[in-house]
Formats: sequence, structure tokens, C-alpha cells
Amino acid sequence: MTDLSHDFEQTLLSLDRLAARQLVTAAQNTYTPIEFVDQVIMKALTRIGEGWERGDIALSQVYMSGRICEELVDGLLPPGDAQRKDQPRMAIGVLEDYHLLGKRIVYSVLRAEGFDLKDYGRVTVDEVIAKVKEDHIRILLISTLMLHSALHVQDLVARLKAENLDVKVIVGGAPFLYDDQLWREVKADAMGRSASDAAKLIRSLMGGLA
Amino acid sequence: MKKEAMTSMQRVLTTLGHQEPDRVPLFLLVVMQGARELGLSIQDYFSKAEYVVEGQLRLRAKYGHDSLVGFLYAPLEVEAWGGEVIYAEDGPPNSGQPFIRNAEMIPRLKAPDIGKNPCLLKVLKTIKLLKKRVGDECPIVSVVVSPFSVPVMQMGFGPYLDLMVERPDLFEKLMQVNEAFCVEWANAQLEAGATAICYFDPVSSPTIIPREVYLRTGFTISKNMLRRIKGPTTIHLASGRSLPIINDLIQTGTAVVGVSCFENLAEIKSICRGKISILGNLNGIEMRRWTPKEAEEKVKEAISQAGPGGGFILSDNHGEIPWSVPDKTLMAICEAARRWGSYPLNIPEHYGK
Repeated sequence: MTDLSHDFEQTLLSLDRLAARQLVTAAQNTYTPIEFVDQVIMKALTRIGEGWERGDIALSQVYMSGRICEELVDGLLPPGDAQRKDQPRMAIGVLEDYHLLGKRIVYSVLRAEGFDLKDYGRVTVDEVIAKVKEDHIRILLISTLMLHSALHVQDLVARLKAENLDVKVIVGGAPFLYDDQLWREVKADAMGRSASDAAKLIRSLMGGLA
Repeated sequence: MKKEAMTSMQRVLTTLGHQEPDRVPLFLLVVMQGARELGLSIQDYFSKAEYVVEGQLRLRAKYGHDSLVGFLYAPLEVEAWGGEVIYAEDGPPNSGQPFIRNAEMIPRLKAPDIGKNPCLLKVLKTIKLLKKRVGDECPIVSVVVSPFSVPVMQMGFGPYLDLMVERPDLFEKLMQVNEAFCVEWANAQLEAGATAICYFDPVSSPTIIPREVYLRTGFTISKNMLRRIKGPTTIHLASGRSLPIINDLIQTGTAVVGVSCFENLAEIKSICRGKISILGNLNGIEMRRWTPKEAEEKVKEAISQAGPGGGFILSDNHGEIPWSVPDKTLMAICEAARRWGSYPLNIPEHYGK
């Protein structure tokens, strides 16, 4: 099979929804939906994520790519589809912060890569603890933009421990990029530098879950 | 030979003229920290111009830096449009729910009346009082959020990026109303006594949009705005990268550019030398855990790379020092700036690299 992911990546970077859709349609006889997600969409999004980490690709391109792929994947693998990956219960939220873009990007890219996850929106520590309990969440992704919000992750992790909730916490967002020791300081389990990084971290943490 | 001591204003103007002053000017952008000096909550501190003026003056007396800030908090501009501001106990106020709830509201938007709007009047009063206290001894830097970047607070980042791609007609309308307000607001602050306007434009950074998009949006807008703003300007990309567009930024007419800590100051300096001055680029986030020795090293490194020949103002890379940066670190930065920033510089060029 030809590697379509490079052509697909170009349609994403030029924000060409229509061309991306046409590429999916043209590939229907060659790829099963899950193959297309794994071998085309994931590869393209991973390279885009790496480009963002290097500073070669802009945030708006990462955001729009994620949104286009999310729509396509929802068509290929509707939520709850049996072909979606076998995965632990996951959620994503923005902790005590009003900047939602980073969360939206990670949510879109993870869904585009076939993950199902709950979107908690903007939450306080109390709210996230209640939701994690109710939804039996095992992996929690927390996004922040403001430094003081990032520092509050420490309170969240302490509360999770105090409540005996076995949850892996992955953090991301500007403060963690500007200080690469901060995620350890706030006692998170991992830090993602990009949305596709989040997918890799989830896969690696999934192996360690009981 | 050591140069004769200058006032902060002389120091800044000399460096902006691409000459070496007595020492590298330091813009320690302590915007919220006056609350701590006055024993007030951040929300109470920003409630009165008199508190901000007193806080700014006490901070300058303490640290000896070279600027006063006629700026309260970023979401003040959306507060003026009727938007929500959320206060925190340990960080800057944030904009809450965007007031443009859907793009169809854009054609009906009406800019705030500067002469009647309480929060804008509070900023003008702050600037006037600062000017009365310091005269021409120290520059007063005020802020406008660029017409191209303020929609992030007006409508949310994701919906704004969607608008740019999907609704160019409404994007244009939003720019028109924002541009008119931006010019009027910048000039009102200059008339009140501000020395210069910091044109805060993070969305224009290549960190956020590709250069080809910038050239047809943020670049054109900033050129037009800077031409109409009746005073010197600094384009600040608020931690975003500048290198891929640095020659474009030079073309906008800005006197200064605020650059990211992820960029090599020496490389930026090699392009900007004699053309525009550089503001930056200490990492304000990492600064929280610097020891005094580390702070000194970072200051030395920045000065060695961008200080020679003037055209450099030492500052953080974001335009605001976080609340959680300890006092001893700020003191160490100021002390190092005085010690290692004295011209002629006595640090090996490209120190630490």
C-alpha cells in the first residue's frame, strides 16, 4: 500500500477539508476505517505534532488539523464503535483556567486517533474529583495556560491520593513547556509537549494500569 | 571608562537610539506585585488607580528598574466591551466567558466609549497620576492588545481561529471595529502621559499562525495601526517566537520587539542591530525556581548576547512577571543587571553559549 499519510498531512496543513475528505473516500477500497486511522491519520498528526514541537508548525495548523481529523474519524468510527481502541476510561479538563484551546486541540487529536474520552471543560479541583469518581476515570489529562493554574495540579494530585483514586495524571500546556521540570514538581505522572505526544503517553501509561 | 549615571528615561532613549547608555535598561514588568507591597488582594489592588500608582512607585523604589507600567491586566480591554473578568488570588485576572457568543454578533458590535467607560478611565487616571509623580525621569509604558489578537478574549481562541478560516467576511468586520478602538485607545493613553505603547500581538507570532497567514493579516494590521498611533511602539509577541518574521516586524515601524526565551538572542541581535531594539527574554516561568546565582547567570547570558552596541532592554519574555516568582530572585536579577549591564560591558560575547 502507498503511504498516503504525506498527501493527507499536506491537505491538513493547507486546511483543505474537502481534499482531506476526498482522500478518505478514494482510500475506502484500500484501507479499512481502522487502518486509515492508524496508518494515515495518526502518522500525519504525529508528524504535525513533531513539527509543532520543533517550532516549524503553528498552533493554528495543529488546531485545524485536529478538528478536520476529528470530523473524519467520527464518520469512519462513530463514538462507541467496536473498532475504536480498547482503552481505559479517560477524561480531559482545563484546571481553574479559562484558556480552552489547548484542551480542545488534545481532545480533537485524541478522538481523531480513535480514543474515546470525556470532555470536562473548565473544572476546579473539587469538581474534577467528583467527576473522576463518578466516571471511574483511570487517565486524566489536565491542560493549563496560566502558571498559577499549573501549580494547582499539585493540589489535585494530593486530593486524588487522599481519596485513594488510582488515576494517572498527564499534564500539558504552556507553563510545562516553559519549565520542563514543573510537571515533576506538581507530581503529575507525565507531561505532553503536543497533542500527539498525549496519545503516545496514554499508550505507555495503559501498559502500567492494573 | 565607566559612563556618567543616567536617568531611566535617558538610559532607555539612548539604547533605543542604538547607542550604549550607562547600563542596560531593565524593564522588570511587575504588574500585580504592587498588591503584595500594599497588603491588598489582587482584585482590590486593581480596583483603584491610586493603589496601582502607589504599588508601581514602591516597586520601583525597591528594585530600581527603568519602567513604570500604565497597564493593569489584559482582560481589562474586554471588560470595557462588557466582557467578564475573573480574579485569582495568586495570578493575573483572566477573561471569563467570551462576550461574542457567536460570530453573527460581530456586525452589531459597538466599541466602548473611552471617555465614559469606568475601567478605561481608571487606566488613564493611573497613567496621569504616574506622570505627575515621575515626570520625564522614567518611561511609562502602556499597553493595547492588537486588533488581531484581542478576539482571543472577545470570542475564545478556537472560535476565533475558526472565524479566520471559515468566515473571512466577519473576520474583516471584526478587524474594522477593533482597529478603530485600538488607535483611539492607544492615543488616549499617550495623551494621558504614556511614553510608549506596547502593542501586544501574540497571535501574529509564528508560534500561533504561519508566516503566510501573518503577512495577509497581523502584519498588514500592525503596519496600519503603528502608523496611526501617535507615539513609539513595542510589538510584543508574549512568549511567542519572532525569528521567522523578524524582518517583517522591522517593516511594521515598531521601535522594539519583545522576543521569546526559546530564541537565540545573539541571532536576533544580528538581524535587528541598528534597526529595531530588542526586549527580553528571561524565562518568566522558569524564573520561579532560579537560585540567585542562576538568575545572575541568565542575566549575564542575555546581556552578553544582545547588549553590545545598545538596542537592548532586559526584561522577561512574556511581558509580566508571575506572582509566584520570589522577591529574592527579582532582587538578584536587578543586582545582576546593574553589575553586568554597565557599559562598556565586561562579559565575553555570547557568554554561556
